[in-house]
Amino acid sequence: MSDDQTIAVDVRNAVKRYGDFTALKEISLAIRDNEFFTLLGPSGCGKTTLLRMIAGFEDVTEGGIFLFGDEIESLPPNKRPVNTVFQNYALFPLMTVLENVSFGLEMLGTAKTEARKRAGEMLELVQLTQFANRKPSQLSGGQQQRVALARALAPNPKVLLLDEPLSALDLKLRQTMRFELKEIQRETGITFIFVTHDQEEALTMSDRVAVMSAGALQQLGDARDIYERPHNMFVADFIGETNLLEVTVDKVEGGRALCHLGGGHALGCDATEGVGAGAHVHLSVRPERLYLSDAPVANESLKGTVRHNIFVGTDIQTIVDLEDGPRMTVRTSNSDRGNKRIFEAGTTAFINMERGAARLLVD
Amino acid sequence: MVLIFVVLIPVLMMLIYSFLTKEFRGGVIWEFSLDAYDQFFCSRGLFGDEPCSIEWTYINIFWRSIWQAGAATLLSLVIGFPTAYFIATRPERVRPVWVFLITIPYWVNLLIRTVSMKFMLRDNGPLNDMLLATGIIDDPLRIVNTNFAVQLGLFYSYLPFMVLPIYASVERYNFALSEAAADLYASKWVTLRRILIPAVKPGVIAGCILVFVPSLGSFLAPDLLGGAKNFMIGSLIEEQFKGNAGNWPFGAAASMILLTAVLIILVIFARQQARAQKAVS
Repeated sequence: MSDDQTIAVDVRNAVKRYGDFTALKEISLAIRDNEFFTLLGPSGCGKTTLLRMIAGFEDVTEGGIFLFGDEIESLPPNKRPVNTVFQNYALFPLMTVLENVSFGLEMLGTAKTEARKRAGEMLELVQLTQFANRKPSQLSGGQQQRVALARALAPNPKVLLLDEPLSALDLKLRQTMRFELKEIQRETGITFIFVTHDQEEALTMSDRVAVMSAGALQQLGDARDIYERPHNMFVADFIGETNLLEVTVDKVEGGRALCHLGGGHALGCDATEGVGAGAHVHLSVRPERLYLSDAPVANESLKGTVRHNIFVGTDIQTIVDLEDGPRMTVRTSNSDRGNKRIFEAGTTAFINMERGAARLLVD
Repeated sequence: MVLIFVVLIPVLMMLIYSFLTKEFRGGVIWEFSLDAYDQFFCSRGLFGDEPCSIEWTYINIFWRSIWQAGAATLLSLVIGFPTAYFIATRPERVRPVWVFLITIPYWVNLLIRTVSMKFMLRDNGPLNDMLLATGIIDDPLRIVNTNFAVQLGLFYSYLPFMVLPIYASVERYNFALSEAAADLYASKWVTLRRILIPAVKPGVIAGCILVFVPSLGSFLAPDLLGGAKNFMIGSLIEEQFKGNAGNWPFGAAASMILLTAVLIILVIFARQQARAQKAVS
């Protein structure tokens, strides 16, 4: 991010309705120039609708969308200086790879030879030079994906829109492409707006993430923010894994909140704005920020019985039934550093939280 | 097996008949003769004793038929393509209803429909009445007994054969491609010309063949709407077999020539289609 002040895409109170159904409920977002911005949410949350509104394929029922300060709502898609990488690529099947990539430039009136030259450079960028004269159907999924990317980048758009571009690829390729996309974004300095339902994708690539659900914005922040300080139940649950504990807040004082579990066990955590004494809310604790011990480490240690252990490669998940509460998951790194002790099923153990790990949610 | 009975044997019979000698009251005499083809292509003067010079009468009828069928095909394409596109872009639920509506008039016998067409188009028919009433024209348009009337008749006879194959290919078309084109700054017109039409071309070609071929051999529309002046090859063949005055070998020969012409046109189309297909894969 070279300049935090420039806003590339400004979505102001945008509403989208289809008849009685409201797909987007008054969304406002300011996406910065040169930013890798991700719209994250489950299917049907309105993220693709928002992207299509920016591209011009859907009109805006209420509110407005501005591109570098200019109102673009009245412009048809072919007049907007943004390009899209489509979910299933939508490569032109009758054209060669090179013709696909140079299409946008030719439409902009660039001379054919010049357009082809630039298309060639784009293919170099995505390492597909040797496939220039193939038809899209002769390429693998990953290659097609890269052609789609090159095609969208060739006209040098101000903003690149990516609609779940990696969802059709297999895991390994997806991971490589994540890295490549991020690299290309950094190199070109183009603002990327990336739509995905994959939280890992969102966390690893984005400068900022907007979590959406049911047509509304749930939280906006950088990856760490979203993961470590989820705002509400939806975000805590959707991003990564978490333990949700029902608590009642007793007292808020000096940035700290004191609360108790259903069984009366007292817990302390950082206060969250908007959650006051008497509130009946949830506490979110990530499994990797918990650890087990034979004896209570502090007053707050929770007693429970180990149900079973799950080996997940990088770490071990221990499922513990609390004495006076729900089932919790504790994640222990599968490494020799620290205390790598396996608590066998049936043994009694105490769950301890790292300081600052618990997060009070606005339900 | 069925194909042998319904295709091969009739065509073979036609081929054989075209090389036989005519019987005066219809029918044939089983005696080899090239007279039928000679009559078609050669002019040998009033008494039939001069050397062969090209006989233009039938070739002209033939040429006119191709021209008429081509015009009817073009008309069907111009009207049929937007219609097919319209149907294919309706919500999936209502598409069958539209297809059904398109086919309803075709439950009525072709003869009745062609006669109705004549009634619609004639000088004091509904079309002229309407145009006169609205003041668009001052004198009735003379449509019946013109080439245009024949084209209209053929167009109306075979329109569904144009609409249905195009509809089928537009329905399979990936509309994301149009969005992608628009996203890459292509206007609606360029998108249509460079993306949609090439993608649905096989359907367009199929539709054109299905309209052109029966139009070429058609005799109802030219007979009823075109009058004597606008004689087509179908009518010529029909006359050779109707009643006692006919000339069966000549009719068979004309049919064979028509068949050959159609086959040549089909082969050309098929070649093009194969090339288009190869480009896709």
